[in-house]
Amino acid sequence: MRWEVGSALNIVSILLVVVVIAAMLIWVERRLLGIWQERLGPNRVGPLGLLQVVADMLKIFTKEDWTPPFADKFSFILAPAIIMTVVLMSFSVIPFAPGVGIIDSNIGVLFVLAMASLGAYSVMLGGLSSDNKYALLGSLRAAAQMVSYEVFMGISLLGIVALTGSFNLREIVQAQADGWYVFPQIIGFIIFLIAGVAESHRLPFDIPEAEQEICAGYHTEYSGMKFGMFFVGEYLGLVLISSLITALFFGGWLGPGFLPPIFWFALKASFFVAFFILMRAAIPRPRYDQLMRYGWLFLLPLSLVNLLVTGAVILAGSGG
Amino acid sequence: MMLLFYLAAAIALISTVAVILQSNVVHALLYLILSLLAVAVIFYTFGAPFAAMLEAIVYAGAIMVLFLFVIMMLNLGKKSVEQERSWLTGKIWIGPVIMAAALLVQLLNVVRQQQAEVAVSQVGVREVGMALFGPYVLAVEIASILLLAGLVGAYHLAKK
Amino acid sequence: MFSLIRDTFTSQLVTLWRVFKHMFDKKDTVEYPDVQPYMFPRWRGRIILSRDPDGEERCVACNLCAVACPVDCIALQKAEDENGRWYPEFFRINFSRCIMCGFCEEACPTNAIQLTPDFEMAEYVRQDMVWEKEDLLINGTGKYHDYNFYRVAGMAVGGKDKGEAQNEAPPVDVRSLLP
Repeated sequence: MRWEVGSALNIVSILLVVVVIAAMLIWVERRLLGIWQERLGPNRVGPLGLLQVVADMLKIFTKEDWTPPFADKFSFILAPAIIMTVVLMSFSVIPFAPGVGIIDSNIGVLFVLAMASLGAYSVMLGGLSSDNKYALLGSLRAAAQMVSYEVFMGISLLGIVALTGSFNLREIVQAQADGWYVFPQIIGFIIFLIAGVAESHRLPFDIPEAEQEICAGYHTEYSGMKFGMFFVGEYLGLVLISSLITALFFGGWLGPGFLPPIFWFALKASFFVAFFILMRAAIPRPRYDQLMRYGWLFLLPLSLVNLLVTGAVILAGSGG
Repeated sequence: MMLLFYLAAAIALISTVAVILQSNVVHALLYLILSLLAVAVIFYTFGAPFAAMLEAIVYAGAIMVLFLFVIMMLNLGKKSVEQERSWLTGKIWIGPVIMAAALLVQLLNVVRQQQAEVAVSQVGVREVGMALFGPYVLAVEIASILLLAGLVGAYHLAKK
Repeated sequence: MFSLIRDTFTSQLVTLWRVFKHMFDKKDTVEYPDVQPYMFPRWRGRIILSRDPDGEERCVACNLCAVACPVDCIALQKAEDENGRWYPEFFRINFSRCIMCGFCEEACPTNAIQLTPDFEMAEYVRQDMVWEKEDLLINGTGKYHDYNFYRVAGMAVGGKDKGEAQNEAPPVDVRSLLP
């Protein structure tokens, strides 16, 4: 275990930047959705509406933070804290640039997967403790969805791990100096993209919180900053998935030398953030059973075949 | 590192005790997850990061989620909490406590006599893989056949 | 299974691309307080009481508008001046009830009550939504510039006898046999 810089200042600054970016995404998403729907989006507060986030934050902080009397208080308060903690902990292994990052871990990929699987608790506990039928339905859906898609998410990454021979995200990025992994692992990339959207339960896979069917799903009973934590946690998850795709498939910070590495990372990651928002704008939500069937009957065999072929190619290359 | 170990061990022990004492099923399950995560930290401190992550992914992340999933389906309310609480009376404790105490004494005795040196060696992913698909490949295959049988059985039952 | 793959690459990706292309289209949003939207002349908005070209009130307090009003938001009281002409003593519209249906305008025999394309009528105090006659009356003819009820109506009122109106022949004596 090597600490990159390891100082508390480093950790705090990186996490703060990440949280601020996630909060800004609330505005970015609304503006982008507006643009793609031939609207303008929020442009009133501050220049270009940039201070909309501040206004939203003020609103959400001053709202009544209500815990329903019928809720299970312990789990109810714990749930939004889990998602924030888990997603922020996942950011600790993300290699933003050479020398920028919190931990240089040898099990980075596994750590992210572990944190993603723990994130399911937040959604489940939130729904279960609310004692509300819509919340329970939402968390039931969330549990099944997240447990299912974790599987393909993990397997789709194994191709890359086999190619690099390491779970270390920094080594994975450095191994892409000759060529991005998106080309040999295009199937893995597609599966990871879909599973990532499902894992952060964003549209079109926002089945656990489908407004039109089950109110707001697992956070129906939440208000105030507890809801805000779920909300920001979702955007943090979006940033996390984009950063992961950048690091794993698109060469992370690698890029032509006229820009600093961190800029390349940010550029690639923001491209994927915009892509996810475009997905939200364009693609309708599938039905719940369609989602499960698609996952288990299509993505799982595909990811296994991908892993098999990758392994065979590596073996042939090393043997011959 | 030792401090981390003792801290994690203490958390694991306390949360495991809390699992038994909790009358609310969901809370008990949360303590169990905490205990598993603490065990993962212990694995990590003793140089087995892969095992630690698998503990977090498989036990805390997947199996416990399924437990919670089942609990959601069971619709346990205040009544079950009361029932649990009524079971946790002093009289019932006596037998298990005596037997567990005897076991503890035995365990402490064994630990005291052995005094084995705990050598912290890194067991990475590669080592685990080598071990699994080298000397233990038969066990892995048998386990996978068992899992396959379970899968087929579950499919059959679900199909009905 | 193959149809699923085909759909992924035709339907979904095409959808993404088409939605993306909306980026370059003209925005439909009208930035309202900064840019005033174009209101059609016949838009049914705030109600006014108009005056005839001579500057007199058109309203003859016939109560037809109050009767036609489906939400009963119009209240008025008839009064008579020295010429025997009717006019409303008070004329009150409760805009918190008004649904801008325009029935009053259609019922009005003198084109006095008219709906205008103004819709900015929000108030902080609900009582301010009740408009009196002095608030409703405008110094203009509204949509009908030349219309003057007493000039065209065959009614005898003070200062004007029957048959003295515009384009009006003297009344026919029905008891006479002469044409």
